[in-house]
Amino acid sequence: MSQWYTIVAIGGLAVVTVLARGFFLLSDRELALPPWAMQGLRYAPIAALVAVISPEILMTDGALLSTWADARIYAVLVGTAYFWWRRGILGTIVSGTAVLLTLKIGLGW
Amino acid sequence: MISFRDPEFRRGFSEMVAPSLGMAAWALVTGVAMVKSGLSVPVATAMTVLVYAGSAQLAALPLIAAGAPLPVLLAAAFCVNLRFVIYSAHWRRYFGRLPRWHRLWLMYFAVDLNYVLFVRRFPEARPQSEQLPYFWGGALWNWASWQGASLLGIAIADRVPTEWGLGFAGVLALLGVTYSLLSDKKTWISAGVAACAAVAAFGLPLKLNIVVAIAAGVAIGLLLDRSVRSARPERV
Repeated sequence: MSQWYTIVAIGGLAVVTVLARGFFLLSDRELALPPWAMQGLRYAPIAALVAVISPEILMTDGALLSTWADARIYAVLVGTAYFWWRRGILGTIVSGTAVLLTLKIGLGW
Repeated sequence: MISFRDPEFRRGFSEMVAPSLGMAAWALVTGVAMVKSGLSVPVATAMTVLVYAGSAQLAALPLIAAGAPLPVLLAAAFCVNLRFVIYSAHWRRYFGRLPRWHRLWLMYFAVDLNYVLFVRRFPEARPQSEQLPYFWGGALWNWASWQGASLLGIAIADRVPTEWGLGFAGVLALLGVTYSLLSDKKTWISAGVAACAAVAAFGLPLKLNIVVAIAAGVAIGLLLDRSVRSARPERV
């Protein structure tokens, strides 16, 4: 790959990202959204987060998990248990990651 | 100007500290992945600072390595970023009155965590004077920790074993944030439908499964809202 191709690609990615993030903020005129659309926004962030993470948790190389010997399962279970016990996000990350690293490094899962 | 002493700035900052630690682990992995996919250190550094979008960066790497046509690369990145288009409609309710350059400058910093925490802090979508300090408190911290971790990843790329799967810490961070948003039965059902859709539609190209899942989750939420309202004549 040429250096110029990469540089243009990265500049393009930067522009595309700001355009996406500011999509409805580009125009000075108010874009009238129908009421149902505004109400639907309540569900959008949860749906987007779940959409990003569920394949990361449940799939390997585009297929559903086929083995129980996968560190991610236990990392998510422990992180989930921690969250509903203490309601803390940092504890969810730390406990889950501890389980993940133990199983990955200790058992090679 | 934004004052670092502003209580809302501090609140935005302190609410961001815990979740951004998990994102930093993700940033570390993104930094490692950029170098391992063949980008030089200066180019990888430019990418993390200019683009500042982990999932779009990770999705773009194999396409850059394969020399994919720019329109395909950019279209794919835009699709991965489509959730931000949805957020931007919501951001407009808060920041729509600011000048255009100011709005777009804010949006460079407005990643998932900023959006989620901001909407949790200000559930009522109308402008308030506390919003900009709160936004910057979280946005500056999240930017600094993401960039710091990403640069560290670029620097140590050859020494972190990929088998550790440390990128999963970012998923655990997003999982915790998701749990904190689940408030009632309707949001649980919406999340469950979105999860099934994201997995079922995984075979779609350009990460379109993300868009399908968002559409499904929002649609089921709206349907549930409507059925609850028609069952009870008085609005809740």
